[in-house]
Amino acid sequence: MVPISAYLIVAVALFGIGVLGVMISRNIIIIMMSVELMLNSANLVLIAFSRVLNVVDGHAIVFLVLTVAAAEAAVGLAMVILLYRNRETINIDRFNILKW
Amino acid sequence: MNLDLIIFVVSAIVAIFGASMMIFQRNPIASVLFLILSLVAQAVLYIQLSALFMGAMLIIVYSGAILVLFLFVIMMLNLRAGEDLGAPSSPISKTVKYSISFLMFVELAFIFRGGTGLDSAAVGIMNTSPDNFGSIEQIAELLFTRYLYPFELTSILLLAAIVGAVIIARRDSVEDGSAVIESNEQQAIDEVQN
Repeated sequence: MVPISAYLIVAVALFGIGVLGVMISRNIIIIMMSVELMLNSANLVLIAFSRVLNVVDGHAIVFLVLTVAAAEAAVGLAMVILLYRNRETINIDRFNILKW
Repeated sequence: MNLDLIIFVVSAIVAIFGASMMIFQRNPIASVLFLILSLVAQAVLYIQLSALFMGAMLIIVYSGAILVLFLFVIMMLNLRAGEDLGAPSSPISKTVKYSISFLMFVELAFIFRGGTGLDSAAVGIMNTSPDNFGSIEQIAELLFTRYLYPFELTSILLLAAIVGAVIIARRDSVEDGSAVIESNEQQAIDEVQN
């Protein structure tokens, strides 16, 4: 038997790795994938709690989160294509026109 | 050692390994593949938590569709491992970034340990789960009753995402209506014919 806190620790570790990836990576595609990883760690928490509390609501919410992730990936990748077309690079440090 | 614990430990290690390899790769394609590895391991964890349908959805929708979309974009942009990403950041900023994410990990772990009080609850496939827990029937019933409005709103969200992605990624900005669209179509036809 595995205690539920073990699953939560795994989810938290994945979230931490996602945060680290957003901060240290220069590649805009890897940053987007780190965001996806953070969404997934939240999903794992939802699934774990709905198992323990014996309700399926968590699964329904995860379903909606998957939809939102798909929409976000589609729009985000379109923006990546647009940025690459304008700047010929995917280095996040080069997209600094709006930087104060 | 029981079987549940072994499955959990192996898939947890694979999930975390894949995620951490993902953020340190220089080659974006290797990065996508490591993320797929991590997601498959997470799907095993879902199934262990008796979320069979959601585990299947994770593999089909995430690894099968979203990450393939990432691969398509990497292929279209023709990115290689040797992409110039500038000089490495200074040790100080690196230390700050690592410690911020580690602090976030510790903080969330504290919240989950202290706040839940659910440590006694043990789960696993060997545990008897309630009848049909996490089956498609149960999820569908919830989606069409309690979560009907959010579920229907996702269709609008997906429509907006499709239209938005097409508009954003178009070659020219629309300035005067139909003329630009026609020239775009003509350009597309020309490209196909060439």
